[in-house]
Amino acid sequence: MSEQIAATGKKVSDKDQINEFVTFFIEKQIFGIPVSDIHEVFHPQAITRVPLAPPEIRGVLNLRGRIVTAIEVRVKLNLPALEQGQQSLMAIGVEINGESYGLIIDRVGDVLQLPVSKSEVVPMNMDPVWQKFTSEIYRLEDQLLIILDIKRLLDFETKSEMAA
Amino acid sequence: MDDLLSDFLAETQESLEVVDAELVKFEQQPDDDETLNNIFRLVHTIKGTCGFLGLPRLEALAHAGETLLGKYRDKALIATPDTVTLILESIDKIKEILDYLTETQSEPEGGDEEIISKLVAASEGSMEDVAASEPDPKPELEPEIEEDVVGYDDDLDRELRPGEVSLADLEAAFMAADGPDLEQLAVEADEAIKQEAKKEAEQKEVKKSTEPLKIVQTVRVNVDSLEDLMAMVSELVLTRNQLLQTVRETSSDDLKLPLQRLSSVTAELQEGVMKTRMQPIGNAWKKLPRIVRDSAKAVNKKVQLNMKGEQTELDRQVLELIGDPLTHMVRNSCDHGLEPGDIRVAAGKQEAGQINLSAYHEGGHIVIEIADDGAGLPTSKIRSKAIKNGTISQAEADAMTDNQIHRLIFAAGLSTAAAVTSISGRGVGMDVVRSNIEQIGGTIDLKSVDGQGTTFKIKIPLTLAIVSALIVETRAGKFAIPQLAVVELVRTTLTGEHRIETISNARVLRLRDKLLPILDLSEITGEPAVQEEKAAGFVVVMTVGEQRFGVLVDSVFDTEEIVVKPMSDRLKSIDIFSGNTILGDGSVVMIVDPNGIARQVGSLNDIEQSSSRSENMAIDDESKTAMLLFFAGGKEPKAVPLSLVTRLEEIDPQKIEISNGRHLVQYRDTLMPLIHAGGAPSFNEKTPQPVLVFTENGRSVGLAVDEIVDIVEEVLHIEMADNAPEIIGSAVLKGKATEVLDVGHFLTLGFHDWFERAAADEETQEAAAKRVLLVDDNAFFRNMVKPLLSAAGYEVTAIESTSEAWELNEAGVEFDIIVSDIEMPDDNGVDFANRLSKDLRWSTVPRLALSALEQHDLEKIGATTAFTDVVRKSDRESLISTINYVLQLQGEAA
Repeated sequence: MSEQIAATGKKVSDKDQINEFVTFFIEKQIFGIPVSDIHEVFHPQAITRVPLAPPEIRGVLNLRGRIVTAIEVRVKLNLPALEQGQQSLMAIGVEINGESYGLIIDRVGDVLQLPVSKSEVVPMNMDPVWQKFTSEIYRLEDQLLIILDIKRLLDFETKSEMAA
Repeated sequence: MDDLLSDFLAETQESLEVVDAELVKFEQQPDDDETLNNIFRLVHTIKGTCGFLGLPRLEALAHAGETLLGKYRDKALIATPDTVTLILESIDKIKEILDYLTETQSEPEGGDEEIISKLVAASEGSMEDVAASEPDPKPELEPEIEEDVVGYDDDLDRELRPGEVSLADLEAAFMAADGPDLEQLAVEADEAIKQEAKKEAEQKEVKKSTEPLKIVQTVRVNVDSLEDLMAMVSELVLTRNQLLQTVRETSSDDLKLPLQRLSSVTAELQEGVMKTRMQPIGNAWKKLPRIVRDSAKAVNKKVQLNMKGEQTELDRQVLELIGDPLTHMVRNSCDHGLEPGDIRVAAGKQEAGQINLSAYHEGGHIVIEIADDGAGLPTSKIRSKAIKNGTISQAEADAMTDNQIHRLIFAAGLSTAAAVTSISGRGVGMDVVRSNIEQIGGTIDLKSVDGQGTTFKIKIPLTLAIVSALIVETRAGKFAIPQLAVVELVRTTLTGEHRIETISNARVLRLRDKLLPILDLSEITGEPAVQEEKAAGFVVVMTVGEQRFGVLVDSVFDTEEIVVKPMSDRLKSIDIFSGNTILGDGSVVMIVDPNGIARQVGSLNDIEQSSSRSENMAIDDESKTAMLLFFAGGKEPKAVPLSLVTRLEEIDPQKIEISNGRHLVQYRDTLMPLIHAGGAPSFNEKTPQPVLVFTENGRSVGLAVDEIVDIVEEVLHIEMADNAPEIIGSAVLKGKATEVLDVGHFLTLGFHDWFERAAADEETQEAAAKRVLLVDDNAFFRNMVKPLLSAAGYEVTAIESTSEAWELNEAGVEFDIIVSDIEMPDDNGVDFANRLSKDLRWSTVPRLALSALEQHDLEKIGATTAFTDVVRKSDRESLISTINYVLQLQGEAA
């Protein structure tokens, strides 16, 4: 399901529809992920650290009987990870290729319904790391909303690019 | 129609697999009517169903095949390898069409005229070789049913008429589709061969009675729904575990009973669902006869495949995963394992190579063995290949046993197809086979005997879904270790019975006279190494293949049935984990992959050799000696050289027996004398008695102590002590005056003839500070005499052979006295002494012989001029006094 939407994101915008995004914040920046990609928003608890795992993987946890891999979005975006215990963590649950991931973020924002007409291509001069994960940008009234492509964020589509 | 078609596809696939296997069997035993009937029936069913479903192309093919088979059945034609190949080809064609059908739900375009015409030609007997062999086939192949040929014409007619299958036949075919229904078969056969003799029917009856028919009603269930069911049961198991844990903590009695019931029902349900997923391993073997036949034909060998234990069941998921590795290995056995027929005959073997495939259950897993009686693995070729491509170094190769070399075929890089085929070794893709098997939590090992063949042993879990695992904790957190690989648990302490030692940065544990390489799970999982406190912990002893190693953990919890969940893609690259799971307390833990750990052990394989080497070095190098400190009767610490101690034990005081005034304990099936190091036999009465075990030549003596304190490595300066026979002297260890005990004294208390027995191997000593050169091939004796002589103020160089002595000679080393064993494996002490007496530099050095022989022998040796004097090995006092005396004489003479 999520695959389909990720793949057809462009088509939907061509038809000038309204897209729905769950927004969240990291530091002051607002990000969005298509609602259809998101399973749930939860407070991750009892995260088990996975030795030898890549730095952005905070660990694995049990979410109602499913094992969820917790990813530090901050680390992926080249920002320092939140100190543990600073506040209760927030995570956005997504599913890719049948696997569950929890994207750890600073805090969750509103669900926004945005017309495709407000969508912009990713500016060339954006931080290349961020650029890699950004699928499009929406103009909000007072700020810009970065729409993240979770597949790329989770390295499912960037391997070849990175190799190149 | 869709459902019907998919049922047809599933059924036909299965039938064709059977046909494949049966045809190969038939080819070998062309007179086996039952096999042929079975094949005929299956093909017939396929044909009938195709007609019913409107699949003309398949029908035509099946019909042509059936016609030929009918000829065989009616004894009108005799099967030849060529015609069987033809039928197999047509089966392959059918499979192709079926695959196409599966994808597109319709038959592919085109026709199969070529193969059909061949089949027709064959059934008309016009294939040259068929024709040649056809006319007079009866004598050897149809001894007792010659009269059946009467049916020939009828059947020929029948077979040649297209579409002749009666409705009754078709129905019968459908009815029979589920399995070998011999009654249907009989009906069918009766109709087909009208004149069939009663005799033959009787034969069938006989066969039937030996193989009773099982009529079990079955329902075809979608595999996915079974998977779903299994997943749900897994969740149930998890939830139950969680409940169990909660109830354990609250100790509420109200819940206990219902929970117990829930627990047992869950277990039964788990077992039940698991059973539905179980399939006989024979299903994975079905295609093997065909593969063996084809590859044998391709390399022009005769190969017989024997299968045993086809009924052994395992989870279908596992079954699917081992299919390919098995195929690969069997093909390998055919291609590379078995020699060509003429070579076999020359080697005194039967011409047909044997491949034995067997399966059986062992504990919670299934063991599959693939054995061939071929030439065995080409050890030297594998070795040179491995050295050439850098898998191992020359030095490593020299130190490896043949078996270790053989196992290199599992190493990646050694097994690129071209490379290995060119060395004519086996091992094409064996690394792939190994990784496939390891992926499902299995292990693979092999044993190859030159000239006798190679046996592969695969051990895999029955199911992948739920495994029993040991939950352990390290500095990095909790982990689950699958029980499959765990052999035992050993508790280690800094000073206790099991103590982890370090040899050139590698940790080892002495376990039952063997050194076990130890890995610290904390360090493997990336925790920084802790220098000091490896104080108390547990060693989980594991075996993977024939590799045995210990994994050090901080603590061990209980065993839990865990539901293995695959790791996220992002984590799969971490090869020390095979999955993760949710524990009863709801937390997630990683499951340790024993194979991943085994790879980390890797180079530690040779640890035994390197350890013995470094021990020797430690002795020769005058620097430090490891001493075991303990208390025994009195407040002063006592010590013995650690190198003499074979093992530390704690013995249950109940087991200490007294016989003839001596204390004994049953130890590894023999009686071991126990002597108390404190002198008086003040053995513990309630608490376990710590015992130092000394073993030599299969005999052990236990030295009981009050408490084992520590192991220190220090430069030993022993000061000779009073005349107490059990004490060599005293030394300062860890800043405290410590009595160094004379182990020999206690050993002779245990066995009076200890040193006579040990005498086969000895060493010489030379003191040179008197400098002593001690030559004795027995490490035990060297280790014992060296501190003794050191204590007596000599500078001792201990070596194990006379050749080393000559090396020292050439190096210009000087000694004041040479003490040499008389009996050594590589030299004779007397010859050595004779040569010494003629040596330019050492001829004047006094030579002392050590012997375990009786007094009159000693006198004989003493009478020769080779030695200055001779001393009995067991007599340590006179050894020192004799050395003193001889040196004194020497000094006077000088």
